Amino acid sequence: MNIVDRIGQEHMRKNIPPFKAGDTVRVHVKIKEGEKERIQIFQGVCIKRVNRGIGSTFTVRKVSSGVGVERVFSLHSPAVDQVELMTVGRVRRAKLYYLRKLSGKAARIREKRAI
Amino acid sequence: MIQGILGKKLGMTQIFASDGRRVPVTVIEAGPCVVLQKKTVDTDGYDAVQLGFDNKAAHRVSKPAMGHMKAAGKGAFSALREFSASNLDDYAVGDEVTCEQVFNIGDVVDVTGTSKGKGFQGVIKRWNFSGGRMSHGSKFHRQPGAIGCSAWPSRVFKGKKMAGQMGNERVTTQNLAIVDVRPEENLILIKGAVPGSRHSVVMIRHGVKVPQA
Repeated sequence: MNIVDRIGQEHMRKNIPPFKAGDTVRVHVKIKEGEKERIQIFQGVCIKRVNRGIGSTFTVRKVSSGVGVERVFSLHSPAVDQVELMTVGRVRRAKLYYLRKLSGKAARIREKRAI
Repeated sequence: MIQGILGKKLGMTQIFASDGRRVPVTVIEAGPCVVLQKKTVDTDGYDAVQLGFDNKAAHRVSKPAMGHMKAAGKGAFSALREFSASNLDDYAVGDEVTCEQVFNIGDVVDVTGTSKGKGFQGVIKRWNFSGGRMSHGSKFHRQPGAIGCSAWPSRVFKGKKMAGQMGNERVTTQNLAIVDVRPEENLILIKGAVPGSRHSVVMIRHGVKVPQA
């Protein structure tokens, strides 16, 4: 492995659940308010994962009081305290941009049945 | 303290600061360099230390160049540069200069290298001219436009921005912070981008315009 990749790897986290696009996740985000630090939870559907080593990101979408909200998180950022995998969704593509056009019942994602 | 050191750009990546900020870094293999010659006020009119970096096979070096490098006894080098030093007496010919002797974390440096060659480029890419519109009957697309006046001065001024070779020239990026120094691997991490392609030789020197805190 080249040196540049290795330096990135030193900053990567190991305990990431194997979540994919379509899965519902709870992201625990560290928020700093002056001196105090607290944890805020952002729960929604992961609609996109970008795999770029240390630069990997994922996008979580939720509908908050009728407005669609998407947040992009750095997978390995220390600001992301923890990612919880809630449910595994059954989807047929890797990037779920089509969810942006849907609302209500149409925007639901079927759950994957454990075999 | 010696003013700078030579290194090889390895590439860019990012690391995270403790508060979660992303920091873009350039990884540079800096040193170890070997002192090949000392220049003094008595003999040369100024004080400097000549460093060699990037070992290469002895048979690829001309005999006069090899004769110059023989005194250090550390083989042949492909990159030679002079650096001023405040404590000339601390350096002897043949000494190794490593990155942790020159830089600490948090230092602000200037990095000099040869920029990536872009070939012969027009004025839009080379000088950020705006050009004309591509459609709606326009016949003025990417040309430079008028380059001067007629009766006076009846010539084009020197230095007029025109098409030509872009890149592949010496470029210095100033005021880059050192994020990390790893003496065991001869690596330094510098915040931001530095000129040149990967594996090109760069010169890292203490900044000349360091902002006062």
